[in-house]
Amino acid sequence: MSLLIKNVLAIDGQVGLHEVCDIRIEDGLIAEIGKDLPEDGSEVRDLTGCVATPGFVDIHVHLREPGYEYKEDIESGTRAAAHGGMVAVCSMPNTNPVTDTASTIEFVLRRAREAGHCRVLPSGACTQGLKGEILAEMGDMALHGAVAFTDDGRGVQDAAMMRRVMEYASQFDRPVMAHCQDDALVGSGQINEGPVSTLLGLTGWPAQGEEIQIARDIELCRLTGCHYHVQHVTTARGIDLIRQAKADGLPVTCEVTPHHLFLDETCIDDSYNTYLKVNPPLRSADDAKALLEAVIDGTVDALVTDHAPHADFEKDREFEEAPFGMTGIETALSLYITKLVDPGIITWERLVELLAANPREILNQPKVKLAVGYPADITVTDPKIEWTVTPDEFESKAYNSGFLGWELKGRARDVYVDGKATLKDGVVCD
Amino acid sequence: MAFPHKHLIDIREYSADDIMLLLETAQRFKQINERRIKKVPTLKGFTVVNMFNEPSTRTRSSFEIAEKRLSCDVLNFGGSSTSTVKGESLTDTVETLCSYKIDMIVVRDKHAGVPRKIADTVDAHVIDAGDGKHQHPTQALLDLYSIWQQFGHFEGLRVGIVGDISHSRVCGSLIPALKTLGAHVTIIAPPTLVPLNPEVLGIDEVSSKLDEVLPSLDVVYMLRIQRERLEGAPFPSLREYHMLFGLTKERDALMKPEAIICHPGPINRGVELDSFMADNPARSVILDQVYAGVLVRMAALYLLLGGNEQ
Repeated sequence: MSLLIKNVLAIDGQVGLHEVCDIRIEDGLIAEIGKDLPEDGSEVRDLTGCVATPGFVDIHVHLREPGYEYKEDIESGTRAAAHGGMVAVCSMPNTNPVTDTASTIEFVLRRAREAGHCRVLPSGACTQGLKGEILAEMGDMALHGAVAFTDDGRGVQDAAMMRRVMEYASQFDRPVMAHCQDDALVGSGQINEGPVSTLLGLTGWPAQGEEIQIARDIELCRLTGCHYHVQHVTTARGIDLIRQAKADGLPVTCEVTPHHLFLDETCIDDSYNTYLKVNPPLRSADDAKALLEAVIDGTVDALVTDHAPHADFEKDREFEEAPFGMTGIETALSLYITKLVDPGIITWERLVELLAANPREILNQPKVKLAVGYPADITVTDPKIEWTVTPDEFESKAYNSGFLGWELKGRARDVYVDGKATLKDGVVCD
Repeated sequence: MAFPHKHLIDIREYSADDIMLLLETAQRFKQINERRIKKVPTLKGFTVVNMFNEPSTRTRSSFEIAEKRLSCDVLNFGGSSTSTVKGESLTDTVETLCSYKIDMIVVRDKHAGVPRKIADTVDAHVIDAGDGKHQHPTQALLDLYSIWQQFGHFEGLRVGIVGDISHSRVCGSLIPALKTLGAHVTIIAPPTLVPLNPEVLGIDEVSSKLDEVLPSLDVVYMLRIQRERLEGAPFPSLREYHMLFGLTKERDALMKPEAIICHPGPINRGVELDSFMADNPARSVILDQVYAGVLVRMAALYLLLGGNEQ
């Protein structure tokens, strides 16, 4: 059984492709790419006006299962991912129990096979229970499918422990991904320390609380040679440190989120909107501008969402009591098109690097290209469709988005994983 | 003319005229409080809930006296009996209270932003009786009243606020209000007690040299120093704090003859304030401030609940 996708604008800088053509998919692989391909008995799907790219990957997602299924589970989280145009996600290990053993990695992979709507590439914890005290069994987890190691949500506090994590992980050819937060400096910080925290009487979360750990870990990377990936960078100085590390030739990569790019601390006002409470916090407008420049100049390797679903009643609380995090996987692609591609700030080719090529490279996954013989993991985007972000637009169980009410342009129309549709005409396939 | 506000949450929403109307109204209520029978029927039939979710003695009692002198029906709610202790959300708690058809919620909470959240959730009037490190508008009003009674104006007055600015909800309201009324505000504190970007509050100057600033001040506003926790504290000892920032008898000589001393209470004698200064009748207006608390709270209740038809 083969499928013929007709009249799409196929874009993939990896193979120098940027033209309207047809793509034939057979046995899960791309069988043919060209103009006016004959039907030859294939099922035909005319997607005129849409853009086809290598399937997008979000390497920072909280699927919440096991343990917090009331917030999200692997079924709903991957459903949301497909809806947002993703063919794969990297799940974070701060589940309950923590994903810090081979058996929890296996559990996540089994649930993804049974109920998933996209590929799930699980990350495992660096330290047992995310406590920063004892190494987790990274070797066993790697053997069972863990693609990376991270203590996301906490960060490894002790420098000697972080050195050990990086040294030990380096033997498995997996990156150590770091949530950078110096607890001693950050304390009970709620939002970026600055004019808004002063005005609203909220404890500040200083930029230096993030930058000091980035600087520390870059030096540990120099020492250990471990691939070090900085999660959700938010500050201008943090980006500068990474830019310099790359110039030094260190194996350092990084990611940024749409909320740190397109929102800033001034969005938080005396309505104390808890959906804008994220960790690390929304920073200054200058920081957001520096992140954008880093997206343009290549310092940023990947765009990720840090999709962090929470139940309505958890966010409907006093600001200081509400949990950190916002959802993002169903608005990210539309935001990138609306704010980056459509205004000509970056090209589609650069977007493919940030969402498809680099994320796979960071996680040492097989390359996916729009070329014959490659797996048919394809995202087809309708770049013209306009929509408004409202809670009922989401497939996720949660709607704690900081972009509610935004009018966006562009949305995933079809998504194929191994040639099988997971999203068709914007509807998730069951 | 109806008062243009439904709530008293963010003093920055109040114009100079609004604040002066509150102070003038407070002054009119003074004579009620000096009668033998200190109660008028002005707000009879209005139900006010005092929702104090963290301990408070003076603010709570001051509100309750103000409410009772205006004949409000009063429900005190909070302390260890708060529903939030039982796991009920703030939204559910205030929606429950408002099902009783109450008219106003006076709220004290350790979390910044709670009064606004209540106002956004239910239809009742809301007065912020102190929210976290954010604001405490009626405290600012009673401070302003006491200053006004002494000087008769605010324009050009030089006010120095000394102490823990970063953890002070008093500053969150008092500084913007003083600026609205044309005063000049200096904060005097060790850098460890000054928040980042203090200029957003509207202050004119920041100093850590009390002795240099003191001679220029008309009003010396001393903040309470938390003496409970000294581990990881922002200064090495109460002794050194007292030495550098305490209003001692010796510093009396540095002050202008007509300068006054304010303090929101409760006082830590021997830390931020020596007894000689706290009890100095020529300077200290600390007890006037406490009395003003009843007056300005009566004024706020009256104006917000639309009592000015009478």
